[in-house]
Amino acid sequence: MPLSVMPTSVPHGSSAAVSATGLRKSYGDKTVLDGIDLHIPAGSVFALLGPNGAGKTTAVKILSTLISADDGQARVAGYDLAADPQGVRAAIGVTGQFSAVDGLITGEENMLLMADLHHLSKREGRRVTAELLERFDLTEAAKKPASTYSGGMKRRLDIAMTLVGDPRVIFLDEPTTGLDPRSRHNMWQIIRELVTGGVTVFLTTQYLEEADELADRIAVLHDGVIAAEGTADALKRIVPGGHVRLRFDDPAAYRSAAEALREVTRDDESLALHIPSDGSQRELRSLLDWLDAAGVEADELTVHTPDLDDVFFALTADRPGQTNQPNRPNRPDQPEEAAR
Amino acid sequence: MSSLSLALRDSSTMLRRNLLHVRRYPSLTLNLLLSPIVLLLLFVYIFGDTMSAGMGGGGGDRSEYLAYLFPGILMLTIGGTTIGSAVSISMDMNEGIIARFRTMAIHCGSVLVGHVVGSVIQCAMSVGLVGAVAVAIGFRSEDATAVEWVLAFALVVLMSLALTWIAVGMGLSSPNAEAAGNNAMPLMILPLLSSAFVPVNTMPGWFRPVAEYQPFTPAIETLRGLLLGTGIGHNGWLAVAWCLGLSALGYVWSGSLFARDPK
Repeated sequence: MPLSVMPTSVPHGSSAAVSATGLRKSYGDKTVLDGIDLHIPAGSVFALLGPNGAGKTTAVKILSTLISADDGQARVAGYDLAADPQGVRAAIGVTGQFSAVDGLITGEENMLLMADLHHLSKREGRRVTAELLERFDLTEAAKKPASTYSGGMKRRLDIAMTLVGDPRVIFLDEPTTGLDPRSRHNMWQIIRELVTGGVTVFLTTQYLEEADELADRIAVLHDGVIAAEGTADALKRIVPGGHVRLRFDDPAAYRSAAEALREVTRDDESLALHIPSDGSQRELRSLLDWLDAAGVEADELTVHTPDLDDVFFALTADRPGQTNQPNRPNRPDQPEEAAR
Repeated sequence: MSSLSLALRDSSTMLRRNLLHVRRYPSLTLNLLLSPIVLLLLFVYIFGDTMSAGMGGGGGDRSEYLAYLFPGILMLTIGGTTIGSAVSISMDMNEGIIARFRTMAIHCGSVLVGHVVGSVIQCAMSVGLVGAVAVAIGFRSEDATAVEWVLAFALVVLMSLALTWIAVGMGLSSPNAEAAGNNAMPLMILPLLSSAFVPVNTMPGWFRPVAEYQPFTPAIETLRGLLLGTGIGHNGWLAVAWCLGLSALGYVWSGSLFARDPK
């Protein structure tokens, strides 16, 4: 598959769409990025995963030339970020976290504005506008002010605007945050289609499912450093074993079960106990026997194989000693209580 | 594409965008037009008799004061319109689309230039509207030649340019639209403290420097000279110097504010 449609601008000896070493950024005495290295092959989807405030947006802002890094080097689409920001800008498309559409003018006018700024001819601009509006199901709303669009429509318009200049590298900063499930799945479909067209997608998300669905490679950003990087499968292998989750309706039953069972992790908020297990039939049978013997009867029993959530919480837990005992609290930034 | 033609092309695209905003949402501009028109009517119809009685040794009528007032009202119109520019650029900066512009390979100054040129066009149109109101209530310029009219128009444009660049700096340095509106208030207050309503030599002595050493007074005196045939003296050069100085200051200030990393 051709990695680039513009052979003259392919840098020698590198098929990386984005490469960065030692990116640092701090605001005042708060370090947001503390030395980030990235290598993203052209034509792939890369997901930068992390909790709120991990520095995902800062990384995107730096790589898309919006702000400058304090330290480190980066090349995007073959152009050096510091030396040739205009070269980078000509090759990228950015859809930020907050919609970057002009709400005062119509969707169509937004598109034509992009066409003008990409110096397309009038005819070409109209053709691209009509095509993209059609592709993103916005033809009907084209003549309405963008401020009247729903969240999903705004995001679609946003991405359509990003695509006007045929960017080779696309940055999507939390493209599905705030979207309903249907719009989210539509957005995933859009992103998959982009990649089949050969572009490189740099995605940030706080949804593990999203990274798992879309990304070839995932990096987990935590406290300004990359805690782990690899394919979804490779990351899942970091966390050994899954667990069985027992949920109780009655707090009293929950408490007595928690006291009766020893090797469990407690999730007091949802009245659930997590018992390490590989999910095999043999282990489940012995677990059930054990529960019967202890007189524990849960209202719901579910078996979890390790997924990216486990990896995520293991890597971003505030207590490093707990990494082999994945816990799944509702709020990852709160230290969970573990009963031993 | 050469960098000049790139700059021109992108700036005119941005200008079209801003004019589209004005056309779609004219209420901000029209609201700002209200105060000069109200002041014009107030001073001519309510205070007019008293004001003209104090002019030229007394005995003047209302139309004489209208003629005196007209240049000041035009400057007030420009001041008011540029407050709108400060507000609109501040609003714009808080929109996500500016971040998009910053990540596109466009001429870096085009966003500001689009705003400035748009604002100057708005100023010229507002001045035209307020001027039409003045003519409708009886303003006549009897002895102004065509050249003088052209020079008067040129001064209006120059003054609009200068005040717009300052307003853009005020808008860029404000965290939000409300703050921008407040910070830009001097653009409307300064003409009130100039020779717009009464001659400087009728003001209390301690106040005269405030009225004299500010851009509006020489600009107003120059307009008066051009349209009504009063003496211009050094006011013409002074007005042009103020305009060029403020434009340069506002340009450098706004440019450095815009070049900063966004939040």
